[in-house]
Amino acid sequence: MSMHYFANPARFTRLAGRIQPLAGCLAAILLIVGLYLALVQAPADYQQGETVRIMFVHVPSAWMALFCYSFLAVASAVALIWKHPLADLAAKASAPIGAGFTFLALVTGSLWGKPMWGTWWVWDARLTSVLILLFLYLGYMALWQAIEDSQKAAKAAAVLALVGAVNVPIIKFSVDWWNTLHQPASVLRMDGPAIHPSMLWPLLIMALAFKAYFVTLLLARMRMELNLRRIRALRLAERSS
Amino acid sequence: MESVTEFMSMGGYGGYVWPAFGIVLFVMALLWVASMRGWRNSEKILATLRNSRREREDVAE
Repeated sequence: MSMHYFANPARFTRLAGRIQPLAGCLAAILLIVGLYLALVQAPADYQQGETVRIMFVHVPSAWMALFCYSFLAVASAVALIWKHPLADLAAKASAPIGAGFTFLALVTGSLWGKPMWGTWWVWDARLTSVLILLFLYLGYMALWQAIEDSQKAAKAAAVLALVGAVNVPIIKFSVDWWNTLHQPASVLRMDGPAIHPSMLWPLLIMALAFKAYFVTLLLARMRMELNLRRIRALRLAERSS
Repeated sequence: MESVTEFMSMGGYGGYVWPAFGIVLFVMALLWVASMRGWRNSEKILATLRNSRREREDVAE
């Protein structure tokens, strides 16, 4: 199946109409199960006590912050190179979701840092690079708003997204490259997760819940952007007729 | 009752754990509602535009 199979907006709308409710239900169920496991079932950590429960929202939020940006950057590249008619909409639609999760990663990290590190914030490589990620998202969204011609806006925003993609590996490896208070990766490691299954399961279920949530909102926002594009075209046609 | 208090206190860290979960759910709910509302509004506007166009075309015929 060629990539352009889904380039047809009508086909996309039909497919999205089927997937969106399913993803929404899946997100709700996984979130309820995940919250129960995270708050009730999972044991307290022998070092961090009950604060370790913050991990179950902090880590999936941080993963989503990076995932959404990677998605945004790939969609931007596809839009620039292949002129796929839905790619710039997908990139635009993913930005507010990514910004939300980046904000949440920062706030929950702060709420975890205070009792464990004794400070809300440190200007180290991990925290600073994630803060830059938040500004990249906001800048990306502002650029879309600032340029009236939507084709020009799409191009400028896509270029910004690709330049900003440098930040993604910096965030991922910042804990290995620079000295930091932040702990290194304990799940996405070359030699397997260094985390007990009783904590790994709730973490993975929360991560899946956030993914399903992302799919639901992405589809809704893409359908909205498509509609807005059609509305603009209809109004333009009316004015000229 | 005691177990509820114990659960809420989160070993003395309730002041950090609950706000963390609270803000995550709050922001996720906010973004959800905003996205769904935006999408439904766009569907409505598009339908109205298409209807009025069709009506005008019918009149023209």
